[in-house]
Amino acid sequence: MKIQPHEKINFTASGAIKGARQSLPLVFGVFSNGAVFGMLARQAGLSLGEASLMSGLVYAGASQFMALGLWIAPLPVITIVLTTLVVNLRHILMGAALRPWFSGLSPLKSYGAVFFMGDESWAMAMREFAAGGRNGAFMLGSGVAQFIAWLSSTVMGYALGAVIEDPARWGLDFIFIATFTALLVGMWKSKSDLLSWGVAATVALAAAHWLPGKWYILLGGIAGSLAGAFGDNHAD
Amino acid sequence: MRIDSLVTIIGMALATYLARASGLWLMGRMSLTPQVERWLRHIPGAILVAIVAPATLTSGPAEALATLAVIITIARTGNLFLAMTAGVGAVWALRNFLR
Repeated sequence: MKIQPHEKINFTASGAIKGARQSLPLVFGVFSNGAVFGMLARQAGLSLGEASLMSGLVYAGASQFMALGLWIAPLPVITIVLTTLVVNLRHILMGAALRPWFSGLSPLKSYGAVFFMGDESWAMAMREFAAGGRNGAFMLGSGVAQFIAWLSSTVMGYALGAVIEDPARWGLDFIFIATFTALLVGMWKSKSDLLSWGVAATVALAAAHWLPGKWYILLGGIAGSLAGAFGDNHAD
Repeated sequence: MRIDSLVTIIGMALATYLARASGLWLMGRMSLTPQVERWLRHIPGAILVAIVAPATLTSGPAEALATLAVIITIARTGNLFLAMTAGVGAVWALRNFLR
């Protein structure tokens, strides 16, 4: 998976379209979540403009739902902003993993593309790169497709109420875990992954049990990736 | 729009973008030695395991069995769309069936 100097990273419309097309099943899941967000935002007392602005600028599901829970006058501005930062710390690790692939891209392209980075579009892109894809716009396409679904469903949910009140009843909440699992299977390279994955799972399970929020993703990711790197060093 | 709402939303937007961009930025300032590359290479698998393990192992039998359906489908067919559909279908059926 190491990039050789002769491998050029592209950034073209066809890559973006491929990323968007492969994300279509995810778009349904995002859409049903976004509609729930729009409906709840209205109940929490946000205006349609505020709800849409949040979905358009923040574009992070867990943080936005968290903010609704804290949306009581006087607004705890600092608490909401700091919690948002903490909830999204895992994206630092995800962005770091993008660096080898984005090094050859202009700052406008790479820093523009990460605006649309979510857990799902990042995971789809890492799988694409691991499988030999060399088009950096893949993640942008996947992210933009989900962004459009998120923003439009926020407006729709606000205006009409959620299309599906409880996405879990139809299994739609599971589409994200199903996607991550399928991508993960494709990432299995060799027995050297066993140490990394085992440590990641153990730390994540412990953190999910004892810590609130999404710390388990960041902690499991850090511990597992370091263990993997350490194991590789040892094997050499 | 109220000013405190606007400030909150813009603060949230800056926080999310900071998290999204800073990993890329930090790694751009480090030399990507073989050790660092090895570490970066292990991040995707480790993060996906960390996301999936609690959701599938502690949610209940429906989620665990549906995860199995996803693994079998992707291993047999290599088709991501089919695996997603199998997972959602399985969890929907099992949640109704096992309840």
